[in-house]
Amino acid sequence: MSIALPSGTTRSRRGRSLREGLRRVAEAAVTPLELGDVLDVFHPLRRGADLRARIVEVRPETHQSATVLLQPGRDWAGHVPGQYVRVGVDVDGVRLWRTYSLTHGPRADRRISITVKAIPGGVVSNYLVRRARPGQMIQLHQSEGEFVLPQPIPAKLLLVTGGSGITPVIGMLRNLFSRAERPQTDIVLLHSALSRAEVIFGSELRQYDAAGWLRLVELHTDTHGLLDVADLDRLVPDLAERTAYACGPAGLLDALQEHFDARGLTLATERFRAQLVEAGDGGTVTFAGGTPLEADGATPILDVAENAGVLMPSGCRMGICMGCVLPLKEGAVRDLRNGALTTAVPGETGPGGVPIQTCISAAAGPCVIDH
Amino acid sequence: MTAITKKPVNPTAHLTPEDIEQIGIELDAIRQDILDERGASDAAYIHRVVDVQRRLELASRAVLLFSSLPPAWIVGTIGLSVAKILENMEIGHNVMHGQWDWMRDPKIHSTTWEWDNASTADGWKHSHNEIHHNFTNIVGKDNDLGYGIMRVDEDQRWHPAYLAQPLWNFINACFFEYGIAAYDLELGRNLRLPKERRSDEFKRNLKNTLKKIRKQATKDYVVHPALSIPTGSFLPTLAANFTANLVRNIWSHSVIMCGHFPEGVETFEKKAIPANETRGEWYLRQMLGSANISGSKAMHIMTGNLSHQIEHHLFPDLPSNRYAEIAPRVQALFEKYDLNYHTAPLPQQVYSAWHRVVRLSLPNGWLATTTVKNLPEQAKLLWAMSTKGPKVRRAAQARLEQQARRQAAAAAA
Repeated sequence: MSIALPSGTTRSRRGRSLREGLRRVAEAAVTPLELGDVLDVFHPLRRGADLRARIVEVRPETHQSATVLLQPGRDWAGHVPGQYVRVGVDVDGVRLWRTYSLTHGPRADRRISITVKAIPGGVVSNYLVRRARPGQMIQLHQSEGEFVLPQPIPAKLLLVTGGSGITPVIGMLRNLFSRAERPQTDIVLLHSALSRAEVIFGSELRQYDAAGWLRLVELHTDTHGLLDVADLDRLVPDLAERTAYACGPAGLLDALQEHFDARGLTLATERFRAQLVEAGDGGTVTFAGGTPLEADGATPILDVAENAGVLMPSGCRMGICMGCVLPLKEGAVRDLRNGALTTAVPGETGPGGVPIQTCISAAAGPCVIDH
Repeated sequence: MTAITKKPVNPTAHLTPEDIEQIGIELDAIRQDILDERGASDAAYIHRVVDVQRRLELASRAVLLFSSLPPAWIVGTIGLSVAKILENMEIGHNVMHGQWDWMRDPKIHSTTWEWDNASTADGWKHSHNEIHHNFTNIVGKDNDLGYGIMRVDEDQRWHPAYLAQPLWNFINACFFEYGIAAYDLELGRNLRLPKERRSDEFKRNLKNTLKKIRKQATKDYVVHPALSIPTGSFLPTLAANFTANLVRNIWSHSVIMCGHFPEGVETFEKKAIPANETRGEWYLRQMLGSANISGSKAMHIMTGNLSHQIEHHLFPDLPSNRYAEIAPRVQALFEKYDLNYHTAPLPQQVYSAWHRVVRLSLPNGWLATTTVKNLPEQAKLLWAMSTKGPKVRRAAQARLEQQARRQAAAAAA
C-alpha cells in the first residue's frame, strides 16, 4: 500500500489552494483596484506584471541614432535575433507605440536593446534618441517577426541593408559572432547609407570586415549614389548561391525583390515603413456601444478613433505588427497602402466579422467595428 | 432661487445673441490653449497623485492593523479618509470624465477606471457625465438638483413632507455614496414601476451595483477588520473604515453642494432651453449654474479641483490641474460680460447651500417674514399649513408671499 504519492499531491494541492486563497483575500482587500495595480507601485518589472522595461542606458551610435538598453520585466520570453519588438513610449505624456528591431542576441544579463534612428518628424524616434533618460519606464510586448536566420545557418549568406535596415541584421551578426565557436559561414553584407558618418554600427561592422568574419560592401549615397540593383551581380558575383536577406527602405526592397524574382531566387525581406496611397470616400465609423465618428477617406481609423478619445489597441502604426487588428462587422474599409477594399456583410462574412488593421485602413463608407 | 427666466430681472438680459456666441468663441480659445500645452508635466502630475494616493491608502491600512492602539486608530483613520477623498475626487471623478484619456494609458483611462465608491463607474459616467453635465441645473432634467428627493426651487410646490428635507440632506451626506448609487440607478422611479415593467437595463445595472456594494463592504467591513484580528483590532478597524467612509461622504457631499446649491447660483426652466442650444448658450448656462470655492492649493486638490466648479463645468475634460491656471482668464470673461462669477470660501458656501436647503424646506416667504418677535405666530401658521389641508395651505401661501413682497419693497425703499 502506497500512501506517499497521494499525500504528496494533497500537499501540493493544498499549497496551491492556500496560495489561491491568499490571492483572493488580497484581491478582496484592494478592490476596486486589481492586486497588480498595487504591486506595480513597488515592483513594476515583477513576474505577472504587464510587460514593461526600464531604460538602463541610451548610447549614441551616430548623431542621428542611439541604442537604448532595456531591462525588461521578468516575463520577457526572449527573442531570436532579427526579430522586432513593440514598445509603448510616453512622449509629452501621450503613449505612442512603435516597433524597433532588437539589436542584440540573447544576453546573459537578460537585457535587450533596440537601436533607433531619428527620422525627420518622427515623434517617438526623436524622443528616444535625444530625450529618453535612464530610469524611465516604457511598455513592451513580446518579440515578434519572421525575419530570422534559418537553422542550421546556411553556408553562404547575403545581407542587404539600407539605413536603419541594419538594425535587425546587427542582432543576427552579434549573435553569430558571440558564439564560443564562430560558425564558418561566408557572409556578404551590402550596406547602403547616406554617408560614411551615417553608418550605424559603422566601426563595429568594419572591425568584423577587418577580422575577416564577413565581407562588408559599404555604399555611401553622397559619394557612390543610390544602390543600383543592376550592380548587384558585379558586387556579389555568387548571388545565386547565397541565402539572401534584405531590410531597408521600400524603394530598395521593391527593386531587390524584382531583381531576385526575375532570376527565380528567393529573398527574405523586412519592411519598416509602409507607403501610403491617397484614398477617397470616408464615412461614419461606429464602435460597439460607442458614438459614431466621422472619418475621412485618407485618415487611418486608428487615428480617427484615438483623436476622439477611444482607447485603441495599436502597435507599429504602419501595417506590420497586427497589434491594432479589430473585427470589421459591417461596411467597407480601404487599405491606405494599396487602395484595396475590404468589405464585411453581416450574415455573409461570418459572425466574428473580418479582422482589419485599423492603422492602415480608412473608412470607405459607413463601417461598424467590434471594439 | 427661481429659474432664471422667471426672475424679475434676468441676469443674462443684457447679452445679445452675438455676445453669447462671442463668449463661446473666447472660451473655446482658452480651451484650445490648454489642449496645445497639455503634456509631460500634466501626465507627471496625475501619475504622482495616483502614486501618493495608493501609498497613503496602503500605509493607512497597515497602521490600522494595530488600530486597537488609539494613536494608530487616529493616524490610520485620518490617512484613510484623505486617501479615500483623493481617490474619489481628484482621481476617480476626473479620470472618469476622460480628463486623462489623451495619455492613451489604459491604466488611467475613463473606459477602464473603477472607483472606491458604492456606485459603479458605468452608472456614474451615465448619470453624471451624460445627464448632469449636459443638462446642468435644468429643473426636472438634472437629477443632481435635489437628487429627486428635495425641493430645490421656489417653483416646486411646497408640501409639508419637505419640512424633513434638512434631515434627508444630512442623511444623504452621511451615506452619500449610496445616494449616488441610488440616483445613478434612478432607483426611486424604477421601484415605483411594477416589477415586470422594469427594464432589463435597470435589472442589469442593479445587479452590478449590488455586486459592487458587496465587494466594497466586504473590503472595508470584513477583510480589513479580519486582518486586524491578530492585534485584537477587529472592531477598531471596522469603526475606522466606517469613519473614513463617513468623512469622505460628508466631504464630497459638501463639495458638490457648494458647486450648484449656494444662493445665487441660477437654475433653468426645461422649456426655456432651445431645442438646438448653441455652444455659446450651453457655455452661458454652465457659467451661471456653478459656484466656486476659494482657498488654498491643498483645499483645491482635496475637492478634486471641483472648487473650480465653474471651470470644470465649462471644460469637463480638461485636466483638473489646469483649472487654477485658467480661472483668472475665465473670471475676466465674466467681468467683461458683466456676469456674476460666484466664488466664496468653503464655510460660506456650505452655509449658503444649507441655508437654501432649510429655506426651501419651508413655504416660500416663511423664513423671510419670520422674526424672533412673530415666531410663535409664524409657527402656528406653519402648523396650520402642514396639517389643515391644501385649501388652507394655498391661502396662507398667498398671504406669506404678499408679506414677503411688501417687506422686500419696504427694504428697497
